[in-house]
This record gives sequence, C-alpha cells and structure tokens, in this order.
Amino acid sequence: MENLRSIEEFKRLQAILLEHVDTDIPTIIINAGTCGQASGANEIIRAAKSRILGKRLVDKVNLRITGCHGFCQMEPSLLIEPSRTFYPNVKPKDVERIIDAVLHNEIVENLLYKDPSSGDRIEKQEDIPFFKKQARIILGLNENVDPIRIYNYIENNGYSSLCKILEKGDPTWVVEQVKTSELRGRGGAGFPTGFKWELLAKQQNGESKYIVCNADEGDPGAYMDRSVLEGNPHSIIEGMIIGGYASGATDGIIYIRNEYPLAIKHLIIALNQARDLGFLGENILGSDFSFDIQIVKGAGAFVCGEETALMRSVEGKVGEPRQRPPFPIEKGIYGKPTVINNVETWANIPVIIDQGGAEYAKTGTDGNSGTKIFSLVGKIKNTGLVEVPMGMTINEIVYDIGGGPVGKAKIKAVQTGGPSGGCIPADKFDLPIDYDSLAKVGSIMGSGGMIVLDDNTCMVDLARYFMNFLKDESCGKCFTCRMGTQRMHEILDDISKGIGTLDQIDLLEELALAVKDTTMCGLGQTASNPVLSTLRYFRDEYVEHIQNKRCPAGVCEELIQYYINEECTACGLCKKACPEDAITGEKKVRHVIDTTKCIKCGACKSVCKFDAVETR
Amino acid sequence: MITLTINGLDVQVEEGTTLLEAARHLGFPIPTLCHMDGLTPYGACRLCVVEIGEGPGAKMVSSCTFPVQEGLKVRTASERVLKARRMIIELMLSVCPQSKTIQDLASKFGVRQQRFRQEFKDCILCGLCVRMCEEQMMAKAIGFRGRGESRSIGTPFDIETDVCRRCGGCMFVCPVCELRCTYNEPEKAICGGCANLVPPCVEKDQFDDMMCYMEPCVACEITKD
Ligand SMILES: Cc1cc2nc3c(=O)[nH]c(=O)nc-3n(C[C@H](O)[C@H](O)[C@H](O)COP(=O)(O)O)c2cc1C
Ligand code: SF4
Ligand code: SF4
Ligand code: SF4
Ligand code: SF4
Ligand code: SF4
Ligand code: SF4
Ligand code: FES
Ligand code: FES
Repeated sequence: MENLRSIEEFKRLQAILLEHVDTDIPTIIINAGTCGQASGANEIIRAAKSRILGKRLVDKVNLRITGCHGFCQMEPSLLIEPSRTFYPNVKPKDVERIIDAVLHNEIVENLLYKDPSSGDRIEKQEDIPFFKKQARIILGLNENVDPIRIYNYIENNGYSSLCKILEKGDPTWVVEQVKTSELRGRGGAGFPTGFKWELLAKQQNGESKYIVCNADEGDPGAYMDRSVLEGNPHSIIEGMIIGGYASGATDGIIYIRNEYPLAIKHLIIALNQARDLGFLGENILGSDFSFDIQIVKGAGAFVCGEETALMRSVEGKVGEPRQRPPFPIEKGIYGKPTVINNVETWANIPVIIDQGGAEYAKTGTDGNSGTKIFSLVGKIKNTGLVEVPMGMTINEIVYDIGGGPVGKAKIKAVQTGGPSGGCIPADKFDLPIDYDSLAKVGSIMGSGGMIVLDDNTCMVDLARYFMNFLKDESCGKCFTCRMGTQRMHEILDDISKGIGTLDQIDLLEELALAVKDTTMCGLGQTASNPVLSTLRYFRDEYVEHIQNKRCPAGVCEELIQYYINEECTACGLCKKACPEDAITGEKKVRHVIDTTKCIKCGACKSVCKFDAVETR
Repeated sequence: MITLTINGLDVQVEEGTTLLEAARHLGFPIPTLCHMDGLTPYGACRLCVVEIGEGPGAKMVSSCTFPVQEGLKVRTASERVLKARRMIIELMLSVCPQSKTIQDLASKFGVRQQRFRQEFKDCILCGLCVRMCEEQMMAKAIGFRGRGESRSIGTPFDIETDVCRRCGGCMFVCPVCELRCTYNEPEKAICGGCANLVPPCVEKDQFDDMMCYMEPCVACEITKD
C-alpha cells in the first residue's frame, strides 16, 4: 500500500477504487462476527468459497465477509445485493442452491425468513419486522464493509470525513459540528461529547493530550461495542483521528477487553492499514497534524470501564476508581489532559462530520439526537442488536421490532442499563427512550442493554441476580459499596428463600438509598437501582414472597413445587428424565410428582412437550 | 485563594485544600475513619461524607478526598448526611462489632441497632495500614488483593515478607484490631479480655493473623510456629 501524502492523492485513490467497484454482478454477504462464527458462519464461508472457486464463478458473483448485522437468532445469515434478499439460519448444504439462485436472479422461497407472527415468508431484509423500524446509521455500515479491507471502507466513503476536516483546516469548526449535532456520550452517562472536546482543546498544561476509546464493555449480555469494533474498526479509528484533530490530542488509546479476540485482531489489522496509507502517524495526509493510536488490553474487571479506573489500568496500576475532580479532562492518563469516549460515540463522529452537525441532530429528539444501539434480549420473539432513533417508545422496540412475547406469556417489564439499571413496567411502555426519560422513571440508558421480562420472571430473583454481579465486581474500595452490595444481596437472598421479613424490605430500601448517596464512582452510585426500581414497581412481589412464602413467577426454588397438570399425555418422558425417581405414573394415566422426593431440578419441565409440568 | 460556604459560613482557603480540612479549619467536626494526617486521602470508609450543592443537584461526596471549589455550598450535618452516616456506622457494626473505634462512633451518633446479619471480621479494609506501610515506612510490605467480596489485605502470596520492617506501624493505625494489640499490656487494655485468653491471633480458625506479619510479633513477642 502506498503512503498517501496529500488530500489529492487520497481523492485519486478513492476515485480509482470506486471505478473498479463491480455493481453489475450480485454480491453475497456473509455475516461472520463472533456470534455468526459461533453459529457456523465459517462453514458457510468455506462452502461458498468452494462453490465459487469450483464452478469458476469469480467474475459472476462477489463474496463479502462482514461483521455483525445484529439479528443474532438468525445467524448464520446471508444477504444478497442488490436484491437485498435475506436468508436466515443458512446450513452449509443450502449454500449451493442459494448461489445458483443468485446467479439466475432467483429466490429460494423455502429458505427465506418466515415471520413468526404471520407465518409469511419475507424476502427483503428491510421488510422483516425486526429490521423495518430500525435506523441503522451505524450498524448498517457493517454489511457494506469487510472489516479487514481498508479499501472497502474507503469505497464506502470511509476517511472522507477526515479528508473534509483537513481541507477545512479548522479544529474549532469540528468541535462546533459535534456540538451542534448534540451528540451525547453512548457509554452511559450521556455527557455532551462536543462540550467535552471543547474543554480538552482549551487545556494548555503539558505538551501531550490523550483521547481514549472505551471498549471495556463489561455488562453481561451487552455486545454492541464488540459488533462495531469487529465489523467496522476503521469507523472508530477515523472518529478518533477526527477527535484528535479537534482537541489537539496527539495520542490515541483504544482500551479493549481481552475477551474480544476477534475485535482486537481486526483493530490491529485496521490500525496497520491506516498507518500504511498515511491516515495515522506523522503529518497525516501531508498536513501538519500528527496522531497515532495504540491498543491497550483490559484486565477484564467490569469496574475498569469507569473512566478513572480505566486510566489507572492504562498506567499499569490496579483498576480502581478515584475521586473526581480532578476530572480526566484536567488530570488524566499520566497526569495529562484526557478525553474518554465510548466506542459507539466514536463511531458516530465520521457520520456527523459527513452529514454536518445540524443535519445529524434531526434524527432523534430534542436534546437526545441520533440513534442508539440496544442489545435486545429476554422473553421476546426477536433478539439481537437493534439500532433505533432516540425517542422511539419501548412499545415499538418490544412489540414491533422484538415481535412481542413468546408463547402465552405476558410481558411485564423491560430492564435497561445493564446490571445497575432499572426496570420499567409494561404500563409505562409508551415512554420514549432517551437519557432523560429513562432517568425519570428510575432507570438508566447505561450502555444499551435491554432485557424483556415476562410473568415467568421473578423480580426479587432478578434483583438478586444483578446484586450478585455487583457485589463481585465492586472494586471494594468504598466500604458502603462493598458491604452495601453484599448486604443487599444477603437480604434479597433471604426474601427469595422465604425467610425474609417485612422489616427487611424497609431496611433494604434504607440501605439502598445510603449506598447510592455515599459511594465514590458510578458503580456504587447506581448499584441500588435494581433494588429501588423493582421495589418501586413490583413491591407486591416482595411482599408475596415474605407473607405467603410464594414466588408468583414460579422461579425462586425454595418456594416452588413442581406438579403435573391435566395436559399430561402420560408419555413418560419426565419419568425417565427425573434423577430422583420422583415421578410415578402408568400408561394413559396422568403422572404425579412426589414432592417429598423432588429436588426441583426442573428436568421434567424441560423435557415435557405438552407444557404439563408446572410450578406453583 | 478559594472562597466557599460551609454550613452557611464563608471561608477562604488555599486551592487544593480538601473539604474536610476546610471544615475542620472552621471547627465543624466531621467523623473520619480512614483519614490520617500525613497519609494520602483515600476515601474508603465514606464516614466523612458531606452534602454539596443545592436543590435537586445536591449530592454527597467524601470530604477527605474532595477538593474545595469556588462558591461551593457545603453542609456537614444535614439530615441527609446524618442519615447516611448512621447507616454507615450500622453497617460497620455488622462487620466489626468488636472495634472500640466503631463502638465509640456508634454511641456518639446514636446508633443503637444493628439489623443486618452479624459478622465478626477483623478488618474493614480502610487501607490505613497499606498507606502507612507504603508512605511512612517506605516498605510496601502489604497491599490490597482481589475486588468486591473477595478483597483483602495481606502480603504478596500471604507469606512472610523481607520488606516488612517489623515496625508495627500498620497495627498502630488500624481502627479495628487495636484491642488485640494491647494484649501485652493488660493495664492499658480496653477490656483486658485478651490477657486471659490464648492470644486471638494464634487461634487460626477464628482469626487470620492479619496484623502479625512480624515474627516475633513486635507487640507481644509471641513466636508463631
Ligand atoms: C462501573 C462502570 C463501568 C463502565 N463501563 C463502561 C464501558 O464498558 N464502556 C464505556 O464506554 N463506558 C463505561 N462506563 C462509562 C465511562 O465511565 C465513561 O463515562 C464513558 O466511557 C464516557 O464516554 P462517553 O461520553 O462517550 O459516554 C462505565 C462507568 C462505570 C461507572
Ligand atoms: S463505588 Fe464501588 S466500584 Fe466505585 S470506587 Fe467505590 S467501591 Fe469501587
Ligand atoms: S413428559 Fe409431560 S406429558 Fe409426558 S408424562 Fe411427563 S408430564 Fe405427562
Ligand atoms: S424437578 Fe427434577 S427431581 Fe423434581 S420431579 Fe422433576 S425431574 Fe424429578
Ligand atoms: S510492620 Fe511491616 S507491614 Fe506493618 S507497616 Fe511496618 S513495614 Fe509495613
Ligand atoms: S487491617 Fe486495619 S488498618 Fe488495615 S485495612 Fe484493615 S481495618 Fe484498615
Ligand atoms: S500477636 Fe500481634 S496481633 Fe496478636 S496480640 Fe500480639 S501483637 Fe496483637
Ligand atoms: S448477529 Fe449476533 S453478534 Fe451480531
Ligand atoms: S475519612 Fe473520608 S472516606 Fe474515610
């Protein structure tokens, strides 16, 4: 690769690349992010390659291997361009048929996506309910680029935003654009990004400044940052270069958790390519602006995502938060002024520069512009990564995109914001999702986790689950965070076992408020959310556990009993599955569980095909 | 100089002063546990919390670590502060009920109940010993390990370490294990209980010999086998 020494050289390269883009022949896109690979994308790639090479189809069809598209459940999936045909859950044996159909401009009808609600086959990705209401300005780019090919990114307008700001030659213009875009940090707190950059640009102490991409993503079940890093690493790199230019920083750091090997690999390749082409290093594209980025791998503690802990970790110390002020802006890594932004925040930057801040601000609502990626999981039909404009209601996300409840169950709440987020009950589902409205109902945006809960979810158990996570992940420095989470967990555990008391609910609430008030960093300050928000909306479930020793959702093991209802067909499966011989029954006679023998392992419930095993 | 208001009184202090120092300068008492003059503020015990700001933006911070800011309004004994402080002390009682320091705090602030499950630990992880050892004794013999529930204090790999100067500084500052360390001088002991017992720290099952990295122990000269 030739090092580009000027903006003209870049434009020439881009023109040449665009000329050679083959739009006449169809392209088969294979999603091979971590999740795609886990469900067998590599075999699909192999099958496709061998078909294309074996039949000498190289100039009849293109193959593009990309990062994540977000519809996890349907992995591995194929997307055909330009027809936009979507094939879910593809098996290696189907690949041949699909490729042949593509060549003949046909569709393999019975491999198309089948809508679980209507049962209809749907051809185009855009028409599938899961995708229909999304606004995929960030995630959507993943399907266009092969993450390890920088030329692919450049063909898709990549590094044009960088080129644009270098042509303008005015860092304050960049800051202005980001400010007018009203972009708020996607890492959780929603701090206005442009404002942060302006502060950094004003910092004079010392010759070097740092900007950091926070890719620690420690929330269990959240992977939006991973999918952007894996699928479009150059967008992060371009965003950071632009940030460096705007704020006068010279050093970039990507702090990424070690558990993301594919993302790290793609980042390393992308950084090398960017350096080779002259987007990083001394005198970028012949300008007098120099900037480079290095990768620092995180130690894997959740709390290392907190910015002051992250900085200490980068310095090689134990990742433990410290008092702010001084804020990173004044005293950051090695005492140098530092700006930390989340992966998704960085990914929005090239888009903002490209569209212009004012145009970008038109998406979303006032004060909450742009889109947000959520990882939508739990008790709904469609799960995966969804990107929606800020201000979309929970109803739309849960029912239109998520497809509503599974089976006969009733959705009762969503939990947003990761382990220290809160629950929003179903009667508040017309709430538009943004930073401020979530805070108002006692939850947080967090990094974008969204778990849908139905009447088979016990709220006490849920709070206990998150508190268990937090008590282990608290750094342990603040007495009230460390002991407070332990004590809250202890009380929740008592209640879920039926040995709690009503006084303990009051104590729990009192403690939760104290922990919120007396801790140093965001982890402790939000650690009470799971307790406070479930108590706020589902107090009756707590009381039920205590007064009637009953778990209404049938989850808390100590309080439930397994029994077999009249749906039983006497098939005998459960009897075979039971490790304790607790089930008796003859042919054609409804089976019975001997509760004195039953150890509540749940095996019978999971094998029964007739929903005949229930808990009460 | 920075001007701020503490409990309605204006005060001028130098930049870089902490809220705790400024409040004490005015004579407002703030209880502390993990703070000690001469050691870097750490902010672990949270006992020194005060309320800053006004209206819905008011929040609580640890005064021993929070630097003064121009125009800041500070309350050192608001209802919110007192409530939180009592809860912190109650929590402390639930962990280390045997500590004289914590008992005194409880009685001073009127904490008369302990509603959590009772534990008997011999450390609240205030970090005084660690800072004492590192900053005053220049030894760095002990430190924190682990996080969350499994956080603890000790020497690397829990074995006796050569860097320990056997100065006893760590024991001297510890707010929790003081009772044990008066064992050798019954007349100075708080309750004298340990004089009649096998020294608690040698009964390995109940007490880890957390404070006795030294051998023989500087205070009671018991040699461990
Ligand atoms: C316990 C804790 C964990 C955090 N983890 C992350 C994380 O994994 N990724 C992230 O971007 N921000 C995380 N944050 C938020 C960061 O501290 C910081 O606010 C954010 O990176 C700023 O970027 P933004 O302005 O782009 O949102 C965490 C905060 C706390 C308190
Ligand atoms: S609030 Fe919790 S995680 Fe944060 S510094 Fe304190 S102990 Fe550590
Ligand atoms: S598996 Fe279900 S249907 Fe079959 S015997 Fe057991 S309860 Fe009845
Ligand atoms: S829950 Fe387990 S032990 Fe109990 S009846 Fe079912 S299979 Fe047997
Ligand atoms: S006795 Fe040893 S561990 Fe304790 S402060 Fe002195 S040097 Fe440090
Ligand atoms: S041993 Fe004592 S001084 Fe050291 S952290 Fe524990 S309570 Fe604090
Ligand atoms: S051995 Fe150490 S801790 Fe135990 S009583 Fe003696 S001085 Fe105190
Ligand atoms: S589709 Fe599952 S991670 Fe992307
Ligand atoms: S004295 Fe301030 S936190 Fe301990």
